[in-house]
Amino acid sequence: MEELNNLMHGFSVALTLPNLGFMVLGITLGILIGVLPGLGGANGIAILLPLTFSMDQTSAIIMLSCIYWGALFGGAITSILFNIPGEPWSVATTFDGFPMAQQGRAGAALTAAFTSSFVGAFFAVLLITFLAPLVAKFALKFGAAEMFAVQMLTFCSFVGMSKEPPAKTLAVMALGFAMAAVGMDTVTGTLRMTFGYPELLKGFDFLIAVIGLFGIGEILLTMEEGLAFKGKSAKIQLNVVLQTWKELLRYWRTSLRSVLVGCWMGVTPGGATPASFMAYGLARRGAKDKDTFGKGNIEGVVAPETAAHAAGTSALLPMLTLGIPGSPTAAVLLGGLLIWGLQPGPLLFTEKPDFVWGLIASMYLGNIVGLIVVLTTVPWWAAILRIPFSVIGPVIIVICAIGAYTVHSSIFDVVMMLVFGVFGYLFKKLRYPLAPLVLALVLGDMAESSFRQSMLLSQGSLDIFWANPLVAGLMLLSFTMLLWPIVPALKHYLRGRG
Amino acid sequence: MERSEDAAEAGMSNRWPEILVALFLFAIGVIVVSDSIRVGTGWEEGEGPRAGYFPFYIGSILLISSGWILIGALARIRKPQPQFATWEELRSVMQMLVPLSIYIVAVVFLGLYVSSFVLIAYFMKVHGKFGVIGTVLTSVGVPLAAFMLFERWFLVPLPKGPLELMLGL
Repeated sequence: MEELNNLMHGFSVALTLPNLGFMVLGITLGILIGVLPGLGGANGIAILLPLTFSMDQTSAIIMLSCIYWGALFGGAITSILFNIPGEPWSVATTFDGFPMAQQGRAGAALTAAFTSSFVGAFFAVLLITFLAPLVAKFALKFGAAEMFAVQMLTFCSFVGMSKEPPAKTLAVMALGFAMAAVGMDTVTGTLRMTFGYPELLKGFDFLIAVIGLFGIGEILLTMEEGLAFKGKSAKIQLNVVLQTWKELLRYWRTSLRSVLVGCWMGVTPGGATPASFMAYGLARRGAKDKDTFGKGNIEGVVAPETAAHAAGTSALLPMLTLGIPGSPTAAVLLGGLLIWGLQPGPLLFTEKPDFVWGLIASMYLGNIVGLIVVLTTVPWWAAILRIPFSVIGPVIIVICAIGAYTVHSSIFDVVMMLVFGVFGYLFKKLRYPLAPLVLALVLGDMAESSFRQSMLLSQGSLDIFWANPLVAGLMLLSFTMLLWPIVPALKHYLRGRG
Repeated sequence: MERSEDAAEAGMSNRWPEILVALFLFAIGVIVVSDSIRVGTGWEEGEGPRAGYFPFYIGSILLISSGWILIGALARIRKPQPQFATWEELRSVMQMLVPLSIYIVAVVFLGLYVSSFVLIAYFMKVHGKFGVIGTVLTSVGVPLAAFMLFERWFLVPLPKGPLELMLGL
């Protein structure tokens, strides 16, 4: 059991007093980010990223990933108490969580949500512990063509699996790639699409895009909904926690199913949001008392929360092993690693084992710390949400502006943040998905360089993508995903004729 | 056509936002493709793919997909459209977007601290109907906290304007 030894070593790296302090700090900041409208996991981490530049790498990533866990926990609080999903993946939690709070069972709903989140994340970390080294070892054999095929699969999966119109998914993805290409071409040194503006030389930073699209865009959406927080107050008593835990044991089948859905959707870039809806749907279909769903059935809280956390956590598996993030937040974490000079991918496991295993160990610890912190501090978070939006709104804008500025100390970035914010709003309203845009912006350079390397190897022939069974299989799967949206239309057409 | 929209709450339909965004994306596609052609999309002998090789494909995908969206939107132009937002909702968005835009311009010229003070004070006073004391405490406190946190603790300078210059900060 080499993994266990590595993991034990990781615990010794992660379990230092300062690191535990960073965990608690990260979790607390994360819950705050998750609770506040306009600040989410992705842009919250983007804003806080510059602050970690002076920190030790391992401590920094531990804190950032703990912010991520915190944000995942925080989303559940607003869904259950205020019927406002703090994050898209907690929308499904509102279906049964809010009715439970209305019936005076807020404590039970919150306990169920936090515990399920913990369970989901825990199984996903187990998966990472044992699967990631294998994937990394396997991926070491990848050449440029295989790497490009994997990236291709990632992006085609977005088209095949997203609920948004495929043309819109494709368009924003291409927009992301195009923005990534702006600036100096790293291979030839040619300036691309800068049109003489020195501001464009370094291209578009995805951190600015994330802060604008998710932060400012979300604020504008929140304004539209007209904010009236009418929440339920919550206190969690110990006996409620114990009672709920006892009750939860009965739903192990739902939990297990949701873990599987979540892990699958996290590793393939389906993401936490579809995972939570899918798990909710499966739980309802499988239940004997279908009618109680939507009216405060605890199983309706367990299923989406478990799946969302399993997906959110397992999204880090492809990020660490292949350098391909499964979600926008994982993409921001990847950006952080790149800034610290760590190239995620198979080599990371052999070159920086301290870092990788320290991070994996911190996932176990972070989730335990998170569960304790969140169970004990719920009333405070609920109180924060009672602060009127006329205070919270402008303060969040100030925080976003500071975050955008500090990335490169560039005032141009603050202006760009506003532009991205307006587009974030428009895209959301018109059902353009944002995740593929961000991922394309992050992976653009990497995808381009692996494509060009493959072309160099093959002297310009596309045959290299069919050269061996592995790469051909990946490409075949990619095109299946890409063309998947056509299948229903085709079926419809054939049935119409027949 | 208009009646179906009036039946609910009056507002803007998806028609023009959809078309304008698609046009915008199409325009970006044109820029990407034309710039790729400028830097060369072909194969440099002994060097490999030129700088425009990959972006050319990307630009083409953008042209095709946004063109597809545009054709779809134009084909539906006379049909009833889903609502983009009600006028009331758009008014709320503007209540945020206009001060926000002014704020960003102000950050460029006045620096972050002064602008943030004005932004927070404006929202609290106009939309929140807070008292003077609460408004002043919060709107001064937040920029001050940011100053202490960034300039003093993390040693990250934030944008400053004439006032900070006068104070010699």
